[in-house]
Amino acid sequence: MELLNVVAQQSPGELAAGLTAVGRGIVYGAAAIGPGIGIGIVVGNAITAMARQPEAAGMVRTTMFLGIAFTEALALFGFVLSFIVAG
Amino acid sequence: MTTAPSLGTPVTGPAPEVDIARDLARRALPIAPVAVVVCGLIWDVDGALSAAYAVVLVVANFLAAALLIARAARISATVLMAAVLGGYLLRLGVLTVAVVAVRDAGWVEIVPLGLTLVATHVGLLVWEARKVSVTLAFPGLKPGAGFGGNQRG
Repeated sequence: MELLNVVAQQSPGELAAGLTAVGRGIVYGAAAIGPGIGIGIVVGNAITAMARQPEAAGMVRTTMFLGIAFTEALALFGFVLSFIVAG
Repeated sequence: MTTAPSLGTPVTGPAPEVDIARDLARRALPIAPVAVVVCGLIWDVDGALSAAYAVVLVVANFLAAALLIARAARISATVLMAAVLGGYLLRLGVLTVAVVAVRDAGWVEIVPLGLTLVATHVGLLVWEARKVSVTLAFPGLKPGAGFGGNQRG
């Protein structure tokens, strides 16, 4: 209730700026969660593979690095989107 | 009976990440002028400077990730896992700070900066993946080497 009173006292410009900042945070945060999980899966499985087959570590690490970088691109999409859409 | 390697032991062998990151940085050299010129034509000088800044950020991001992984792998597989996930957060944080710090600068156009950031990152990776996929399948084969020694790409 108190929060609603605070919001009601803001001018429309301030309210829009505040909501934009909140929206930006939500977009970036949500976009970073998925890649975080994805990178965890990629690295976890890569380490399992290296432990099972140490002689294939070079190949596993190569694909792991590319997998990490591709997954990270999703977070970059969210990051860029949060800046571009919010203006 | 063989014993399974412990997760506390270092990951042995060469560090292919560093080679890939170096390769990506080398491939960024011909891409950077194209991005700068295209963004310069559309958004003027500010766009060109923003595109150049974005390419620098992408290359630095790749190199930082590779060095972090290579160094962590020399310690142990457990540290590798922690370094990759921690490094992801750290690099995203640094990237955010690097963009937010210049966002209000006079020479920055956020649209070309963002578009170049994403396009360069994905484009370089696709380019590199094409080479890596061939070398992983046939280690002796160099991509682009056609019959009779014709080079392309």
